[in-house]
Amino acid sequence: MKLYCLSGHPTLPCNVLKFKSTTIMLDCALDTTSVLNYLPLPLVHSPRLSKLPGWISKDGTINLEKKELLDLSTIDVILISNYHCMMALPYITEHTGFTGTVYATEPTLQIGRYATAHLMQLSFYSSNPEMNNFYHNNMKVTLYTFMSAFRLMTNLNIMIKNQEVVGFFLELFGAVQISPLSSGYSLGSSNWIIQSHHEKVSYVSGSSLLTTHPQPMDQSSLKNSDVLILTGLTQMPTANPDGMLGEFCSNLAMTIRAGGNVLVPCYSSGVIYDLLECLYQFIDSANLGTTPFYFISPVANSSLEFSQIFAEWLCHNKQTKVYLPEPPFPHAELIQTNKLKHYPSIHGDFSSDFKQPCVVFTGHPSLRFGDVVHFMELWGKSNLNTIIFTEPDFSYLDALAPYQPLAMKCVYCPIDTRLNFHQVSKLLKEVQPLHVVCPDQYTQPPPSQSHRSDLMLELQPPPMPYRRCSVLNLPFRRCYERVYILPELANSLVPSELKPGVSVANVSAILHSKDNKHTLQVTAPAPPSKKRKRVVEEPPVGGAPKPLLSGAVPLEPFLATLQKHGITEVKVEETTDGHILHLQAEDTLIQLEEDGTHIVCDNNEPLRTTIRDLVLRFLQKL
Amino acid sequence: MPEIKVTPLGAGQDVGRSCILVSIGGKNIMLDCGMHMGYNDDRRFPDFSYITQNGRLTDFLDCVIISHFHLDHCGALPYMSEMVGYDGPIYMTHPTKAICPILLEDFRKITVDKKGETNFFTSQMIKDCMKKVVPLNLHQTVQVDDELELKAYYAGHVLGAAMVLIKVGSESVVYTGDYNMTPDRHLGAAWIDKCRPDILISESTYATTIRDSKRCRERDFLKKVHESIERGGKVLIPVFALGRAQELCILLETFWERMNLKAPIYFSTGLTEKANHYYKLFITWTNQKIRKTFVQRNMFEFKHIKAFDRSYADNPGPMVVFATPGMLHAGQSLQIFKKWAGNEKNMVIMPGYCVQGTIGHKILNGQRKLEMEGRSTVRIILDVKLQVEYMSFSAHADAKGIMQLIRMAEPRNMLLVHGEALKMEFLKGKIEQEFNIDCYMPANGETITVSTNPSVPVDISLNLLKREMALGGPLPDPKKPRTMHGTLIMKENSMKLVSSEQALKELGLNEHQLRFTCRVQLQDPHSDLDTLHRIYTHLKSLLKGYTIQHVPDGTVMVESIVIKVSSSAEDPNNKVLLLSWSYQVESFSFNYIHSLLKF
Repeated sequence: MKLYCLSGHPTLPCNVLKFKSTTIMLDCALDTTSVLNYLPLPLVHSPRLSKLPGWISKDGTINLEKKELLDLSTIDVILISNYHCMMALPYITEHTGFTGTVYATEPTLQIGRYATAHLMQLSFYSSNPEMNNFYHNNMKVTLYTFMSAFRLMTNLNIMIKNQEVVGFFLELFGAVQISPLSSGYSLGSSNWIIQSHHEKVSYVSGSSLLTTHPQPMDQSSLKNSDVLILTGLTQMPTANPDGMLGEFCSNLAMTIRAGGNVLVPCYSSGVIYDLLECLYQFIDSANLGTTPFYFISPVANSSLEFSQIFAEWLCHNKQTKVYLPEPPFPHAELIQTNKLKHYPSIHGDFSSDFKQPCVVFTGHPSLRFGDVVHFMELWGKSNLNTIIFTEPDFSYLDALAPYQPLAMKCVYCPIDTRLNFHQVSKLLKEVQPLHVVCPDQYTQPPPSQSHRSDLMLELQPPPMPYRRCSVLNLPFRRCYERVYILPELANSLVPSELKPGVSVANVSAILHSKDNKHTLQVTAPAPPSKKRKRVVEEPPVGGAPKPLLSGAVPLEPFLATLQKHGITEVKVEETTDGHILHLQAEDTLIQLEEDGTHIVCDNNEPLRTTIRDLVLRFLQKL
Repeated sequence: MPEIKVTPLGAGQDVGRSCILVSIGGKNIMLDCGMHMGYNDDRRFPDFSYITQNGRLTDFLDCVIISHFHLDHCGALPYMSEMVGYDGPIYMTHPTKAICPILLEDFRKITVDKKGETNFFTSQMIKDCMKKVVPLNLHQTVQVDDELELKAYYAGHVLGAAMVLIKVGSESVVYTGDYNMTPDRHLGAAWIDKCRPDILISESTYATTIRDSKRCRERDFLKKVHESIERGGKVLIPVFALGRAQELCILLETFWERMNLKAPIYFSTGLTEKANHYYKLFITWTNQKIRKTFVQRNMFEFKHIKAFDRSYADNPGPMVVFATPGMLHAGQSLQIFKKWAGNEKNMVIMPGYCVQGTIGHKILNGQRKLEMEGRSTVRIILDVKLQVEYMSFSAHADAKGIMQLIRMAEPRNMLLVHGEALKMEFLKGKIEQEFNIDCYMPANGETITVSTNPSVPVDISLNLLKREMALGGPLPDPKKPRTMHGTLIMKENSMKLVSSEQALKELGLNEHQLRFTCRVQLQDPHSDLDTLHRIYTHLKSLLKGYTIQHVPDGTVMVESIVIKVSSSAEDPNNKVLLLSWSYQVESFSFNYIHSLLKF
């Protein structure tokens, strides 16, 4: 069993697991941080921005260039754990000869579909050759391939829900079972269990124990894992999400009261649901009832609508609301009461509705493309306005760099609800996997806080770290496999009890292996041999081979048995290891020892077989 | 031999009060817990005293499964759980869990408040009962306990309807509930994988019907409604609040829009808004098309269909009214029917199945004079002059659909419930003929026993398995059976199949060697060494494919058989061959080698 690590980014994983002749890709995230290497794409040409030198902050790393590690076309299935971890999917489905199936929960698929499309649209709307190059150079994907990739996904009708996979490629999956578990991080997010009858691998990616909107994390099913692959811990181990949420609200209220505008660069789903829910409770108490809230994104409407229809994937409180029936998220009410308005872009209706001061949620959080660039240009010069960063994926200083000098206030309250080190150690203590595999970064404190030994994983035995491009041999040996004994054979078996509670039976059967399922059935009766054939020509084959023997032949009872069978003249001679029995009338020797019996008998086949059978009576057959 | 037992307490050769008991692998499961619309007495509910005479059912049932929210499948649930007594888990899908309590409350109101019955379950009991519900997701395998597992499949009949696979070890039963094999305007078609259950328990409402295409039925329906409206008549469509109602509403809504019609369409009862809301929130359970377009246009937001008020019934001019309940046995639909029955311009369209004993059933059978119960004990005779039309819109599988499902699931046995005996008989014959499997149709209280033949799961050592698989060559050849030999060790609960050598090791036993030696006299003029060499070449030429070694110390080994040569001192030509072999190669060695040596 091997693990190929294609990504070194701990929260944007891409690993391939080879297990029992199946090849399974676990997530295929796209690291987009290198987008920060590019200049923002303004709506109208900006002489200031275009004069900036093209600056390169650091090397962008893209997951999938290391093709030589593994032939990606051999991948049988791809498991997606949440919609942040599927942006590189089109590359795999379109450019690697991949012919397998992609599995994801329905919300992950639906939300991921438009989240990815959104990313593409944003970068293509701007129709900037440089941005196109970004995608071309790094991913070799075009909008077309993105779209066709998603078409492929729907065609295969791969929207599975929390299910045991027995569907499309049975011959492949006769070997392993795959099931998603709720991970509590986002709508429909999941961890995965990959197991056979005797082995269990858990894949934990982006999980949360906080009570937000998704279904709580299923922890107990992770128990008894042989290997647990751990990725996607919080990127902000020192920031408490609740505190950040409070800070977000108070800064927002302060700015509005002072007559300024608030800009929140964000993704179109995920944390925004929690932000809106928090604001829903906060608006009236903070007297913000008249302030307009705008959500601008090509997929704003879909995102808000889709969030309401996945009751099965929501936390208990929200489920109960659906039973009433009421929309589970309060943003429905915000929209109904016109407090929240959403637009596909700043063109069209928005420009006529736009009133200040206001709060705008829009993307992309990197501040490099999307409508957010426009608002930066519009509001950046006034110190009344505030930009509040909530997404933890991008360094806010890097994101703001090309806009400097800025007069607007800047607040950084990253909200990352994923597991922190404290929570994960507690979790691992509870589920007790035999081995833990995790990104290298988790085995040492972050470089910026090298004294914080609490910001790393300390386990016994120590976790196996992986880096980008490592290939790990996972440390367990498979010893057993499931086989089914068909009823007819089961009935024919003759068990004998060796000691209390332990019985053995000799099995001679025909083995059938199909779709990785093995069955044993009775051997067919041998075809009647043709007598005319010269028997000598063919050595006798077939029939059950003789079993192994165990035990010892006790002297006295054996002599008694011999006597019963008419063999009376026996001379017993004692040797160092046992006895030699001389059957004088028959001129035959029987050598009895603790671990062996030797019968020396010439040309008297009937006698030999009789003695043999008598000896066998005292021995156990295995 | 293990057995699976199935006993219907309701829905055995009947439609109504579905309730089927299944015993499988030592587990007892109740499938559905419904009421009968045709009765108002004890026969309304299944006879739970069949399970036990003394009180509570908790000890006798491992779980209860409700397939969908129709009252003939869940109407007796609060009675069973709260009044008879059951505290175990009740499984149903999310939409069923949401809608079921509302219909139960409706049912309770009609029975208690309107008909004045006592000794009926209360609102609190419905709430308490729903607390025992565990929601099921589609395709999710739910472990009821260590052995019993459930898995739900999409059934398409109404919002949230599910078929359930019940599995204990390698024995399994599938219960379909009510299902529909053709997608309609708001729901998708039922689907199940090739799970090969021991028994498939299927509904058979339309066992003998093969319906024409949905399009034709829809066109017929619209034509009839349209004609009636044109001549100024009123159209009553009795429906149940959820299900067909939404399908027909979508149908009429699009028709009204296309034809630009002005006649009002009303939907009775306060449930409408709420019902449509359920469809909006559980849109993932509807069909592909609705799911795809719901962001742009939610099909369950109707422009032409408005809420009905009791006073509208007397308004002049044409109108279409959807009213509950669907079988005209009580409530608003019956009231409106009474008002409109006298006018031949009017029309009632029955879009679904009507249980025996209901007014719906009577008028469908052509009865034109109905005896109605009045306020007091006075009996009123109602003359039915309005047009009565029947359109099969109820979303049950027809004969073709049932056969299709059998093909999908490939059951070993078939069991029919939820249908009429005569029709079942016909379908049973067809199934037995076409699939060559046994088909049962037990009456209520009658137990069907099916013996299963489960295979025994065993852990085989990978070494042994790989050795055996390698013997067969890289590609398995189905014509060449691969025989494998091993020892099965049974210890407590585990069964391991290992090679004999490994078995000895695992059990901590010493091997006991049993060897045989025999002398064979031979006349040969050569020296001992030459004789041995001659034997070697002789055997080598005869035994192809065996390891034959000439060991320098003066022995020939054929596999593990040792052959030595010595000559007697008196007669050098008289050679003595010593043949020594172990018990394990006996069948190969003695007779065979001996025969070969006669050269």
